[in-house]
Parts: sequence; structure tokens; C-alpha cells
Amino acid sequence: MSTGEIENWFGTMADVGPLYPFVGSEFVLFCVGVVLWIAWQISCTRAESAQYREEIEKHGDKKSLREVVEHD
Amino acid sequence: MDNELSSLVAIFTEFYYWVTVVFMFLIHVGFCMYEVGVSRRKNHMHTLMKNTMLIPLVTITFFFFGWWIYWAFPNGPCITGCDIPAAAGANTAWSDVMAPNMQDRITGVFWAAFLLFSWTAASIVSGSVIERIRSGGFWILAILIGSVFWIIDASWGWHAEGWMVRLLGYHDAYASGVIHAVSGGFALGVLTVLGPRIGKFSNDGTPREIHPRNPWLVTIGLFLIYTGFWGFYVACNVPMWDIQAGDGVFYSATNIYLAPTTLSGITLNFLMSLSGGMMMGYWISKGNAFWTYSSGLAGIIAASAGNDLYHPLQAMLIAAAGVAIAYKMHYWVERKFKIDDAVGAVAVHGYAGVFGVIVCGFMLWGYPSSPSEGFATINPTGQIIGAIIMFFVLGFVPGWISAKILNSFGLLRIPKEIEILGLDMGAELARDSDEAALKAALLDAIDKDESKR
Repeated sequence: MSTGEIENWFGTMADVGPLYPFVGSEFVLFCVGVVLWIAWQISCTRAESAQYREEIEKHGDKKSLREVVEHD
Repeated sequence: MDNELSSLVAIFTEFYYWVTVVFMFLIHVGFCMYEVGVSRRKNHMHTLMKNTMLIPLVTITFFFFGWWIYWAFPNGPCITGCDIPAAAGANTAWSDVMAPNMQDRITGVFWAAFLLFSWTAASIVSGSVIERIRSGGFWILAILIGSVFWIIDASWGWHAEGWMVRLLGYHDAYASGVIHAVSGGFALGVLTVLGPRIGKFSNDGTPREIHPRNPWLVTIGLFLIYTGFWGFYVACNVPMWDIQAGDGVFYSATNIYLAPTTLSGITLNFLMSLSGGMMMGYWISKGNAFWTYSSGLAGIIAASAGNDLYHPLQAMLIAAAGVAIAYKMHYWVERKFKIDDAVGAVAVHGYAGVFGVIVCGFMLWGYPSSPSEGFATINPTGQIIGAIIMFFVLGFVPGWISAKILNSFGLLRIPKEIEILGLDMGAELARDSDEAALKAALLDAIDKDESKR
């Protein structure tokens, strides 16, 4: 019993192909990867916008901005 | 792998590309240091993370679809046929050779070498847009240039069967156009929409210098890019290939088109074009360190299209001329169009790259573009058309359109207040708050000690 196509290394090496487990699941893995990537992008973009809103709310007044520029 | 010679060639080639990948990693380290060194202190961490995170994003998308694009579109948009070559099927994200597989030991390292070119393409854009672009928006642009547009042009102008090579005689051995011109053009397209940093131009339009904040970091960064560039050059070669047509065997290194060159020759040309670029940069900028270092890169880029075949002194002179043009173009475009390219990326990569592609057409006029029969020879017209395709068609236009779309969704530029406060404001305030809490805890500990006494 093996999760891959390899159960021992005694055969003819020229006949050995994929070394990874669960051969045949590649397309499903690809779909999972694409979904995770898009979810990550959306999540980070939202977080970035929220962070900017919060910072502007707290420090976006003219007095704070002037202080930052003067101490720059 | 069924006899000693073929095994040796396969395993040597596998190891060769692996080494190039490690070397090329330094390009990205250099770009990160360089960008941080140029940015103002209040933007350091954001600048660093913006560039750093393109590594995983371009990597996974290049795995998902970028690599497939290279193999799928050498015919262009139905120019030399509408079929997608069978080789594309073996290079999908779900192909069993895109993984550990005893039947294939080249695909992975070859993919990785191209991936590092992709990081470079995206990183070129990254430097030019610092201090006012949203990270989320930039990462979308990085994926577009790193995993879509540059690899389309590689499929057209670098693939051994690419339609530009076949019909135009396009020759671009070390990617003057294929990576540098396309990325420079893309950066210019984005910059046109993004606009300059606040304060870059006075009310009458005169540009102000925003000097690098940490020249030492910039220096080390550019030295690292030089170092990584060695890996870039050799990654554009095939290390061992039987180039003898007909009977007999003659093993040699080849360029990306499988046409003969030598590692020795390109080493001479790399160093002489670096030198020509640095000398011109120092002279034309009156000893400005930033431009001298950048001109070393621009010099190499200007000679790269033909550095597989040039004489070293030709490489040196071409590099010097390319740097002079790129430098003058940078300031002319800055004044004329109010373009704020923070690191001069459009000049160093874009203008020098375009120059390199065009000059190659004259210098190597009549040389075969490919060892295959029926391909056009290298010629000025083909190279000029090639330069236009690289810089404008696949660079500037997609960059401008992508930036316009992102801008319409409010995803391109940071708010004005954040630009003034600095992109690291949130992190700095959190640090101040943590340090204040720690200070209070320490004072509290002292008070408790005193009360015990």
C-alpha cells in the first residue's frame, strides 16, 4: 500500500515516472491553488483599504499632517 | 538517460540551470535593497513588502498559467498558425512533469530560470512606482507583467519557434527587449496613469530631485543586481547542445535560439558592456553615484540583444552609446511629460533595451536568427518592429490600460493623506504604542522595588 506509484526502488528505473503521492489529483490541486490565490488578493486589498481609512480618520487632519511633514 | 553521455548532459544541464536560479535570486535581493534605499524613511517597510510579496505571487501565477503561455503562443495571434503546440500540454500546472518525475529533470529548473526572469520584469516596474502605489494594485500589475505580458513576448521573440524569430529575424539573446524593454514600457504606461509623488514637480512644472535616502543601501543593492545578472546571462544559454548540422557531433553552449555561442565570449561581453556603461554614466552624470551604478546595468542591457556574437569592444561602445541615450531620454521625458520614475527604471531598462534591440539589427545584419532552415535573417527592420512590439504593444499599452482599470476602481494610488503621513504610519504608531507600554512596565517595576525598600 502506497499513496503514490512507488512501493519499492527495486524495479527498472527507466519505468519510474512521477514521484509524488496522489497522482491524478493535479487538476484539483491547481483549482484549490487558484481559489486560494484570488481569496488572498481580495482579502489583502480589503485590509489595505481599511487600514488607510483608519489612519486617515485618526491622523488625517491638517494639524497632524503638518507635524509629520515638519518632522520628516 | 539510457547511456553515460546523455545522462551527463541531462544532469549537467539540470545543475547548470539550478545554479543560475540561485544567482538570479540576488537580483531580487538587490532590487529590494535598492528600492528601500531610494525611498524615504516613512515608506521603508511598505516599499520592502510591496516588492517582496511579488515573489510568491508571481511564482504561483507563473506556475498556474505563465509557463503554459510560453509554450502555447509561439505562433502569435494566428500569424504562423492558429494551433497551440503539443508541448504546451506538458507545461500546464497539472502536468505530471511539473513535479518530481524521473522521466523529466529539465522542466522544473527551466521553469525556475524563466520564473526568475519574471520576478525581474515585475521588480523593474516596482522601483519606478514607489511611495504612492497601493500594494494590492501593484501586485495585480506585477502578475500581469511577470506572468502574462513578458512571457507572451518571450513566446513570440525568444521561443525557438517564435513567429518573430521566424518571420522578422528577431534576435535578442540576453533580453534587451524581451525583458527590459517590455518592463520599461509597462512601467511607463503605469506611471502615466499613476502620476508623480507629491512635491516632485513645482507649480511651473520644473522637476525637483528626491535624492536616495540611503546611498549605501542603493550601492549594495546595485552591486547585488550586477552579481545576479551573471546568473541571468548564463540562464539565457543552453549549456551543452550538439550544434553540428548533418553528420558528426560538435557540442557547444548555445543562445536561447539554439544557435552557437560560448560562455567565454559572453563573459567578455558582459564585463566590457558593464564597463562601457559605467564609464559613460560617470561622465554624463558628472560623477553621480546613482546614475553611474544604474548605467552599468543600462550598458549591459543596451548590448544584450547581440552580446552572444559581438566583439567585446563593440559591446563596450554600444553600451556607452545606449547609456547616453537612456540618460538624456530620462530627463527629457521627465520634463516634457511630468513622469516621476523614482529609480530611472524606464530609462535603464526601457530606453536602453529598445536601443539594444535596434542596434543589434544593424550590427548583426544578415546573420542567421536561428539554426533552423527557413527563418528570416537578422535585419534592422525586423529589430525595429520587434522593439516597437516589446516596448509599446506588450509593454506600454497593457501597462496603461491595466493602470486605468485599477484607477477606476480606486485600487491604484494611495490617498493623499497617507502619502503625506507615510505608508509605514500604522506600523510606526503600533511600535510607539508597544514601546510606551514597555516603558510604563519598566517604570512600574522600579516603583515596586522602591516601595519594598
